[in-house]
Amino acid sequence: MARIEFNNVSVDFPIYNANSRSLKNHLIKVATGGQLNTDQQGRVLVRALEDLTFTMQDGDRVGLVGHNGAGKSTLLRLLSGVYFPSGGTVKIDGEVGSLIDISLGIDHEATGRENIYIRGSLLGLSKAVIKENIDEIIEFSELGGFADMPVRTYSSGMHLRLAFAVSTIVHPQILLMDEWLSVGDEGFKEKAKARMNDLVHKTNILVIATHSKEQLLQTCNRAIWLEHGKIRMIDDAANVAAAYFDKKV
Amino acid sequence: MQNNPFSIAWLDVTAAVKRHTLIALLGWQDIQQRYRRSALGPFWLTLSMSVMIGTIGLVFSQIFKTPTQDFLPFIAIGIILWTFISNVINEGCHSFIVAENIIKQLPIPLFVHILRMVWRNILTLAHNIVILPIVLIVVGKPVGLVALLSIPGFILATINLTWVALILATICARYRDMPQMIASVIQILFYLTPIIWMPQTMSAHVSSYLLDLNPVYHLIEIMRAPLLGSMPTATNWLVSIAMAVIGSVLALTFYGNYRRRIAYWL
Repeated sequence: MARIEFNNVSVDFPIYNANSRSLKNHLIKVATGGQLNTDQQGRVLVRALEDLTFTMQDGDRVGLVGHNGAGKSTLLRLLSGVYFPSGGTVKIDGEVGSLIDISLGIDHEATGRENIYIRGSLLGLSKAVIKENIDEIIEFSELGGFADMPVRTYSSGMHLRLAFAVSTIVHPQILLMDEWLSVGDEGFKEKAKARMNDLVHKTNILVIATHSKEQLLQTCNRAIWLEHGKIRMIDDAANVAAAYFDKKV
Repeated sequence: MQNNPFSIAWLDVTAAVKRHTLIALLGWQDIQQRYRRSALGPFWLTLSMSVMIGTIGLVFSQIFKTPTQDFLPFIAIGIILWTFISNVINEGCHSFIVAENIIKQLPIPLFVHILRMVWRNILTLAHNIVILPIVLIVVGKPVGLVALLSIPGFILATINLTWVALILATICARYRDMPQMIASVIQILFYLTPIIWMPQTMSAHVSSYLLDLNPVYHLIEIMRAPLLGSMPTATNWLVSIAMAVIGSVLALTFYGNYRRRIAYWL
């Protein structure tokens, strides 16, 4: 059972420029009663998301569409629990896993094997689970003898395959993705696709930000169209795809 | 969802403690990263520390006209502990800033980054402390059972440093001038605290200010005095315990208040 509930959720980003960020200016502001500050608000707020209300439940495959800067990434960060809303309430039941930035935490000087432990632990896997899966991960990423070599000696393909193989051993109830993951050459692509499909199949709720109409129609049954941080449309994937992509053309 | 600051902080801290394997791994990785492809590895820490202690020990024992047998162990342990304390505080300022990528991508309890930094410095300390027995053997100074008291002393001092680091990491994420200010304060504290000068060399009048009112002195004493064969005073213990309790509560409340803003500040 997994469930996501958003109620009038807003996110405001404080933008601190170099000036307002320093304590000096803050102190001067206090000392001068804020007069220095007339030409500069000190804190500029950018509203990234405004008044989002929706529910997602088991079986939902939700696509997020919208222009760059529409708030897709911010919404994904809210869902992953990295950001807390500045207004409204977010209720998330279920364990969240994210396939965003799968290379995060990889240390180029460490060996592939060490990196599997580092990356796996970052994703919340226990040492025992990693140990159990490590041979399969190495096998899957086709590293062969390179598993015990520093990652800096890897080709970019190997690097990605390794990151992909570790990141996809988690089976979260809620899966977040920024664009569909596809890595490697032709042979590996097939394997990766099968693994992704399996992962998506097992997850209760999938939320994926995408710019591709085919992807949206293929994977998702619902979609949210964000525009300037607001929900422009929330409906079946097919309807949103029609409205969003056709409007653009 | 709990909204009281203290419970927000408490949940974060307990969740972080549960991720101890991650903390251990990242802390060790930090050390390894610095010394990969070097033959001596982390023992460079030990080597450079030995050279520093040897030099300062020789020069200052001449200046203060104190016998090397007393002065060298005193300065060795003092500098090793001071390095630990000042590094935890200085690096504490940057704990959240340098973890920006992780903080913005993965919902890992933020206290993990503090513990990672503390653990990394404990590992460094472990490499440096090897120097002490060598110094003691060289000058022929015996160590008694009282030395074991330095272990609870170390734990107590570490708790104190951790809460200070937690507060500083939070403030520094928001105000980027703070790390520089803290670095200067630490520099000053180094001279105000008896590390390269011995407390006995000060007149009683001055030392009562410099010692009793200096929190760092108490923290150093509960670790250093037992290793040099004497008991820390009751005041040393009481001040350290009181700071640990009051400071931790304050730090958790403060952190809980701002925990949810930190990701936005980075």
